[in-house]
Amino acid sequence: MSETKPTAGDFFDLPVNTSHLPPKEKRSKLLQALLDMDPNLSFDDPLENDMVLNMGPSHPATHGVLRILLRLDGETIINAMPELGYLHRGYEKIAENETYHEFITHTDRLDYLQPLHNNVAYILAVEKLLGIEAPPRAQYIRTMLSELARVSSHLVAFGVMAMDVGAMTLLLWCFREREKIHDIFDIVVGARFTTSFTRIGGIAQDIQDDGIAAIKAFLDQFPERQNEGERLLNRNRIFFDRCRHTGVISGEEALAIGLTGPNLRASGVALDLRRDAPYLVYDQLDFDVITETEGDSLARYYVRLREMEESVKIIRQCLEKLPQGSVHAHEPKKVLPRKERIYTRMEELIHDFMIVNFGVNPPVGEVYHAVESAKGQLGFSIVSRGEGHPWRLKIRSPSFCNLQALPRLLKGHLLSDILAILGSLDPVMGEADK
Amino acid sequence: MNPVIEKVVHTLRERMGDAVEEVRVFRDDVIVVVDRSVVVEAATWLRDNDECPFPLCEDVFGIDAYTRTKRFEVNYHFFSLAQHVRIHLKVRVEEEDAQIPTITGVYPGAGWYERETYDMFGVTFTGHRDLRRVYMPEEFEYYPLRKDYPLMGIPGALPLPKRG
Repeated sequence: MSETKPTAGDFFDLPVNTSHLPPKEKRSKLLQALLDMDPNLSFDDPLENDMVLNMGPSHPATHGVLRILLRLDGETIINAMPELGYLHRGYEKIAENETYHEFITHTDRLDYLQPLHNNVAYILAVEKLLGIEAPPRAQYIRTMLSELARVSSHLVAFGVMAMDVGAMTLLLWCFREREKIHDIFDIVVGARFTTSFTRIGGIAQDIQDDGIAAIKAFLDQFPERQNEGERLLNRNRIFFDRCRHTGVISGEEALAIGLTGPNLRASGVALDLRRDAPYLVYDQLDFDVITETEGDSLARYYVRLREMEESVKIIRQCLEKLPQGSVHAHEPKKVLPRKERIYTRMEELIHDFMIVNFGVNPPVGEVYHAVESAKGQLGFSIVSRGEGHPWRLKIRSPSFCNLQALPRLLKGHLLSDILAILGSLDPVMGEADK
Repeated sequence: MNPVIEKVVHTLRERMGDAVEEVRVFRDDVIVVVDRSVVVEAATWLRDNDECPFPLCEDVFGIDAYTRTKRFEVNYHFFSLAQHVRIHLKVRVEEEDAQIPTITGVYPGAGWYERETYDMFGVTFTGHRDLRRVYMPEEFEYYPLRKDYPLMGIPGALPLPKRG
């Protein structure tokens, strides 16, 4: 298959046939930008049937509402131009008009495949701004649950990528496992999907024995289930041929274009914030940073598979080390008091009134805190002016940055390779569009 | 301040001179406020220096400070893979002359972040090859994250498609 693919070699300008396109003054900026891109591709047998094709925004394989404008020669992609914004809800504007607590629920809707991870990432940035830290038990529970969220996100990536290239069974198997994780969230958090679990200085509620038992039961059977799924794909010739040598990007290029997370590690760059800039309790846990050297779709797939195993390792360690104690920091003016105390004590009632109505008032300053989410580096920049709501909140969403590499990855591949490449990049449009 | 970052800031000050306007430290985050004329030079040096190279540009984003002078601020985050530290640059520009040289020549990944900043604040990046809006429609006339843009939006700012 790789022999028939055109390779970038001796560059020359292709004969451009634009007779089927609207005249220049009537073209959209997106179309013009696509046509202005340098068509650095050579063909052995140029067919001279240059055409522009629209893909999305409502397309089953674009993982949401991504629109890609493609310039094709036959079936080969000369250039691609993604367009975002179909799911833009203006969360950064909303954040400027809400208290820090109120915005937690909105973080669920960013990357809707791993809401808990977003909760944790956001609250860590707020805590950094406030200069407080949650007690160890809360930190361990946060770590454990965000690793579960990572597994659930990787499961979707795993299943959907297989479905994109034609293997339907695995998707259903992955969603079956994901259901079990949602059931755990139901027990521990009280909500399956939109968790909103973290609070400033802690978490909404402590984990009970039935929650721990559910996590243990899941961990005991998960490696075997994952193995089953792998056996379906890892020796599958069709899957291999479609993903190997597809969408190759080198480590330097990936760094320059801003790829992070599994996509960067698949190109051989061992950047993992859990190890490199430890947050929560990752510095006390033992796990490996998974890298591959190939940098193609298959390598990205393998990195995610191995990371699920590492996550299981991390959760097991967290369960072993889980300390006793409170899950709320003792900071009366910043941490929401417990309900039973609000009803019986004057001081807590006042604090609750002040925090709910006026918000926690952090000092004036700017902070940036990033975590390693399943998609890549998820960071929150908060600019505070000492008020109850942020002056400016910027979400550094990994899917947005990863999609930036898409034109580079698609170039020179066949139309049907889009699915294998997009599936391996694993973007979530809720996050990319904010 | 982290000794590695302290050294980087010191060298930046030596090389850029008065163009480094201010160094702010808050919760271990170091923000170097520089003049817009040296931002490309500073980014190039940060990427290429031998002691603590910053190969990853994590983010570029705008802030509407809503002040009479130097209304817009643009922040840059850089991460060092070798030393595992972060440095932040900040550029402040006037509203009437909201232009900053692009750093896409140094960090190609900054391309979309700069487009987003342009989309949301109207800060233009000179030399950017593809400065279009990212999220809002092409014909949209306002910059939604500016503080004078109302939360509820402006009625009629987005015309609905014509009926049948």
